[in-house]
Amino acid sequence: MKFSATWLKDHLDTEASVEEISAKLNAIGLEVAGIENPADKLAGFKVAKVLTAAPHPNADKLQVLTVDAGTSEPLQVVCGAPNARAGMVGVLGLAGAIVPGGGFELKKSAIRGVESNGMMCSVRELELGDEHDGILELPEDAPVGMTFAEYHGADPVFDVAITPNRPDCMGVHGIARDLAAAGLGTLRPIAAQAVPGGFPCPMPIRTDDAEGCPAFYGRVIRGVKNGPSPKWLQDRLKSAGQRPISALVDITNYVMLTYGRPAHAYDLAKLSGAIFARRAKEDETCLALNGKEYTLTSRMTVIADDNGVHDIAGIMGGEHSGCADDTTDVLLEVAYFDPVRIGQTGRALNLTSDARQRFERGVDPAFLDAGLALLTDLIVGICGGEPSEPVFAGQPPITPKLVRYDPAMAERLGGVAIPEAQQRATLSALGFAILRDAADAAPQDSREWRVTVPSWRPDVDGAPDLVEEVVRIHGLDNIASAPLPRADGVARPTATPAQKLERKLRRAAAARGINEAVTWSFLPEAEADLFAEGNGGLWVLQNPISEDMKAMRPSLLPGLLAAVQRNLDRGASGLRLFELGRRYLRGQAGASDERLTLGLVLAGEKTPRGWASGKASSFDAFDAKAEAMALLAEAGAPVDNLQVMGEAGPQFHPGQSATLRLGPKTVLARFGMLHPALLKAFDIDVAVAAVELFLDAIPARKAADFARPHYAPPALQAVKRDFAFLVDAALPAGDLVRAIKGCDKANVVAVRLFDDFRGQGVPEGQKSLAVEVTLQPGEKSYDEAELKAISERVTGAAAKLGAVLRG
Amino acid sequence: MDYAATREQALARIAQAQDLGALESLRVEFLGKQGSISGLLKTLGGMSAEDRLVVGPQIQALREAVSDALTARKAALEGAALEAQLASETLDLTLPAPEAPRGTVHPVSQVMDELAEIFADLGFAVATGPEIEDDWHNFTALNIPESHPARAMHDTFYFPDQMAADGTRMLLRTHTSPVQIRAMLQQGAPIRIIAPGRVYRSDSDATHTPMFHQVEGLVIDKGIHLGHLKWTLETFLKAFFEREDIVLRLRPSYFPFTEPSVEVDVGFALVNGKRVLGGSGDAPGHGWMELLGSGMVGRKVIEAGGLDPDEWQGFAFGVGVDRLAMLKYGMDDLRAFFDGDVRWLQHYGFSPLDVPTLSAGVGVRP
Repeated sequence: MKFSATWLKDHLDTEASVEEISAKLNAIGLEVAGIENPADKLAGFKVAKVLTAAPHPNADKLQVLTVDAGTSEPLQVVCGAPNARAGMVGVLGLAGAIVPGGGFELKKSAIRGVESNGMMCSVRELELGDEHDGILELPEDAPVGMTFAEYHGADPVFDVAITPNRPDCMGVHGIARDLAAAGLGTLRPIAAQAVPGGFPCPMPIRTDDAEGCPAFYGRVIRGVKNGPSPKWLQDRLKSAGQRPISALVDITNYVMLTYGRPAHAYDLAKLSGAIFARRAKEDETCLALNGKEYTLTSRMTVIADDNGVHDIAGIMGGEHSGCADDTTDVLLEVAYFDPVRIGQTGRALNLTSDARQRFERGVDPAFLDAGLALLTDLIVGICGGEPSEPVFAGQPPITPKLVRYDPAMAERLGGVAIPEAQQRATLSALGFAILRDAADAAPQDSREWRVTVPSWRPDVDGAPDLVEEVVRIHGLDNIASAPLPRADGVARPTATPAQKLERKLRRAAAARGINEAVTWSFLPEAEADLFAEGNGGLWVLQNPISEDMKAMRPSLLPGLLAAVQRNLDRGASGLRLFELGRRYLRGQAGASDERLTLGLVLAGEKTPRGWASGKASSFDAFDAKAEAMALLAEAGAPVDNLQVMGEAGPQFHPGQSATLRLGPKTVLARFGMLHPALLKAFDIDVAVAAVELFLDAIPARKAADFARPHYAPPALQAVKRDFAFLVDAALPAGDLVRAIKGCDKANVVAVRLFDDFRGQGVPEGQKSLAVEVTLQPGEKSYDEAELKAISERVTGAAAKLGAVLRG
Repeated sequence: MDYAATREQALARIAQAQDLGALESLRVEFLGKQGSISGLLKTLGGMSAEDRLVVGPQIQALREAVSDALTARKAALEGAALEAQLASETLDLTLPAPEAPRGTVHPVSQVMDELAEIFADLGFAVATGPEIEDDWHNFTALNIPESHPARAMHDTFYFPDQMAADGTRMLLRTHTSPVQIRAMLQQGAPIRIIAPGRVYRSDSDATHTPMFHQVEGLVIDKGIHLGHLKWTLETFLKAFFEREDIVLRLRPSYFPFTEPSVEVDVGFALVNGKRVLGGSGDAPGHGWMELLGSGMVGRKVIEAGGLDPDEWQGFAFGVGVDRLAMLKYGMDDLRAFFDGDVRWLQHYGFSPLDVPTLSAGVGVRP
């Protein structure tokens, strides 16, 4: 909402400066987005009198002037304007000034050998109009030496952001009312004089859609003369950023911008039969004033005559029935449209307008008569003509709202004590009426006021709204900070186990040399599809911002792979990235099932080529396993009991990937090398190892106490024994290790596999696995018999897996 | 016998031994079973007691001197050999050591941890809610009915034909405010929570991304008013930016779910073209920057949360986490947050050991 200071002062009698007004607007909730001061553009221009004018010695069309601009010495200026002459008063731009109409800076210079100290300016150069035939001539009594900005009365323009709850401030008068209530001046009352009609309205007016258009007031004015609107009106519209069109159009815009009351003026000659509000027919079209044709639905309200639609009600007029320069008879429409209907229609048509903004927020339903009177008065005053009697079709929905309000609530909710008298004054100034207060309340203990809400405030319907009114006008800066009560002692821990797990894993992964990334929650649908298998369907957006951000991720890996690809494109050779976030799955009954997940990718070079190691090394599946195991250990998962199983998913290399499970069903993680076909889909040409950790599957730690299980290091030294077995080549080494670990839990404390060999000396189809078994004696050292017995248990357990001890 | 001469001769030969082998030969020659000095010791047995008393100590002294000389020479030879070996093992230590990769924590995570730490001290727990929300939690319960113009303020992402159990449309939450409703319904009152998380709006330019992070704050209790809101925000921002001179400007505004609604600006100074928070925005060289939205929780919202608005009241606020991170740590392009560029992560990311604590201050200086 833009308006000039002059316009505001039409409605507010105030001595306040632009800065004071701006500060107050901000303070009461009318946010000043900007102030445009034309005076800023006119800096360096002065009212100046031409003392002498002589022909330029070296140029036919130039003159050399001496100019008095209030400086101690007259200035010499070279000028090419034909109207420059001694004795005239004009505007001189001094060296250093920037010409508004040209954007260049004036400099002291020599023009054809004659010094020039500035420029006498034309209307166009000062951006005051289009004239450029000569320099601007001011009246002879214009005060020489005064800055032109001051002389011209440059009018600052406020640009105020109005929140959607304040339709009353979508007009200058409403803003003036708020400022007056805040003590910045006196509100000038609206002078809406009813203009009696001289004849019955010749055009039948009615509303056939009482829901969408409860009230349609109108009248005809015949014999008007359209043309340019007067300067005062044009100045105001220009300050609002609007282009003057013609008096009739400008007047309706002026009333809308001044009072927040949109209206429409039809050229009566272009209407036939009756004019009425009705629902649009399905697929009916309307060519709107913006030149676009809109296809309507039966949920939209229109204004039509017997021939068809002339107006998308409350949003935009039609191209064919608007006023033109040759319009002689007008029909005025001042209606009330249902805000919900206007909003729906506007959204459906994707059509915004000043009128829609106001009707959608809710115009004052009690301002139809005044609006019609103001319009009539202005049109008759400016364009002449003779008004008909007004027609009032329907009834605007005026329902007086009464709010019970306890003035003590200002302090209870607003935190600031405001005297009752001040509250009453504020509310009255804003148009609220206090019907009864404590003084004459029947029950003595009731402090409640009964406050009626003005018709222009659809946003106010409860006591907290009134608190907001009195507090904002009183000033939020006057609210003192009040500490929140706090519990005694040191603050209690608040993090949940899931939150602690997330924080710990994040820092554990980073501590292992991996960079945390945050990638989009949405993916290209094709990329999401590659990971959707087994995830129960994707969440796909109806209105994505682009095709690349369409499907919610079913896995953390695709987003990381896209990041890998971008990094590789930028020349990175080795990448370690992880992300901790949600996967989005389908839950019960249409709900979302969002699971906290850690995705991790190791791409390309693990170590770069080096002086010690020679060639660069690449990541392999065991690097992924190492990260998975380390992070699961940090998460408190029982890593010693996990089973390494298959079925990591088709995204992985079928022979170099696995799942880590707690029991056969609970998958805590999957890891391994990614499938080359998948990498190709992501345009990645290096091998990538990946891990996905399913945080929701990790069992919570149960310990309630801080104390750990008792432990004292054994006094006796542990004994190590090596065993080498021949086993079937297909036997997972982990099975052998697990079998040996479990064969004698009293003595075997660790089993480390240190050799996996196939080839010479090992029969075809077999492999040799060597393990180092650590035995921990208890009370006394082992004797030979005991060691022999343990060894037999080890070989016996291995034998169950078909393992044969090598000689 | 002239033991002194024998001794001089032996010591001289030991001193001249050039390697451990020669030294060993001398040891055998002097002190071995057949050695010359060992032979002398054996002669003591055939002597008279008187002679033995005189000669014995002399022979013993000879043996001891030779033995000591052998030991000393051996140590000297070994030392020299070690020196020589070490001299051959010299490394060029200007060569680079093996590099361990340096991992980092994303600024958004770091700032969320900082927020959790500060608000924990004020008694706030961290709450979460789904990002794929139903229409009721995201809009209706927050006093934003279908027809409300405020819905036009949110460019909402919807899911087609995905209906929630209550028949409303599923969408991506446009703010963290639905967590207010969930917290009230789940916990009842009193409540002190912050709810950080991802939010989504259909918007994209240098300062807007379709996904970003917000943190919601909610206090529901008895007798909570705007003064508490102001204190909480001041206290939080002072702790977060570790500056005592943070000045807030409260402006009346409008959010459908708060009444009164308050927009909060923070004063900053322009230092070398960068905004540095601190001081009043009205001071020379200063300005005000819009930082967050807040207000007293509306009665309808409290009712939607299953609480009695005559008994309970409170405040809520929402602020962009990415924005806080940018202001504190100096990034200027929001889009880079979500790119995963390792160069950016290495530069703006945090050491995993920089765990925010109150005692150390929740911020990390470069």
